[in-house]
Amino acid sequence: MSENRHPLFMPLILVGGLIFGFGLGFSQMARPEVVLNFLQFEDFGLLFVMFGAAIVSGIAFAVMPRIRDSAPLTGDRYERRLKPFDRNVLIGGAIFGVGWGLSGICPGAAYASLGVGNVSILWALAGMFVGAYLQGVWRSKRAAADAAPTGAD
Amino acid sequence: MVADPVPLQLAAELFPNGISRYAVGGLLVGLGAVVIYIGTGIPAGASTFLESTLSYVSGQSRFQQYVSSRDWRVVFTLGIILGGLAFAATVQSGVITTSLYQPGTTGELYEVGGVTLWSTDVQAWRLLVGGVFVGIGTRIGKGCTSGHGVCGVGSASKTSLVGVATFLTVAIVTAQIVAALGVSP
Repeated sequence: MSENRHPLFMPLILVGGLIFGFGLGFSQMARPEVVLNFLQFEDFGLLFVMFGAAIVSGIAFAVMPRIRDSAPLTGDRYERRLKPFDRNVLIGGAIFGVGWGLSGICPGAAYASLGVGNVSILWALAGMFVGAYLQGVWRSKRAAADAAPTGAD
Repeated sequence: MVADPVPLQLAAELFPNGISRYAVGGLLVGLGAVVIYIGTGIPAGASTFLESTLSYVSGQSRFQQYVSSRDWRVVFTLGIILGGLAFAATVQSGVITTSLYQPGTTGELYEVGGVTLWSTDVQAWRLLVGGVFVGIGTRIGKGCTSGHGVCGVGSASKTSLVGVATFLTVAIVTAQIVAALGVSP
């Protein structure tokens, strides 16, 4: 599939990432202190970041499927980001909440934080990879154990 | 001295750094996601990169589902890092000045080659231990602040709204407890 990609696919992803990262720098979400100040009710500005971004993306999610059938660079249909709800959303969300409340950093903001010069954020990034690895190993094992006895999906 | 009217006092209390840097930054974050969505139809999230990148070095079945997207996710993350650097080299360095940006007083500023960079005062153990929880939780919970918070809420996804409410509530409780225990910063 990567051979058939449109030549502008990667450049567009890069440009999107640049704007995204610049925005995280400008909003100071790349600073764990500012996120912690929000969580401690000292500065509610973060709400404007999250809802500002959600409104902008929400307009695109609402409008694009109506004016075009598919995306120009992939041919993929425009769809909203809808994921099935199950217990994992609550369990994972709670675990993420503990980590976010302790560190003041989330994945996208951590990447941007490295860009603004915050070398210390490598601690958080290392932790995120360790965490993602641990749950991956555990869930891979469980999936294998579930599949083995019956051979079903 | 004339006292500010009550609404202004309240706004100053809730938003001691104003709202413009947050609103403008948020619009840009949304715009970055929209650029990718319009071009490719992909509602991008930042935390999948953790697992998709692990597929380069680990054969665990859980990571293999991301093999087809792992290359562009690396590019997306590289873009976010470079976007942060572009911000540091322009607005943070004072090359571009705007009344919409409040610099604030958190952390430490330092200079390398004429670029003003920024470093956190938050302790390393908080970043490391918190990071582990973030890595586990975002992947089990199907998304982070960008996937659920920006794209999911933008899609009016009930799953994402519940996800955001969950991690926001738990994060507030956690941060308040940590602060009450006297850990700072």
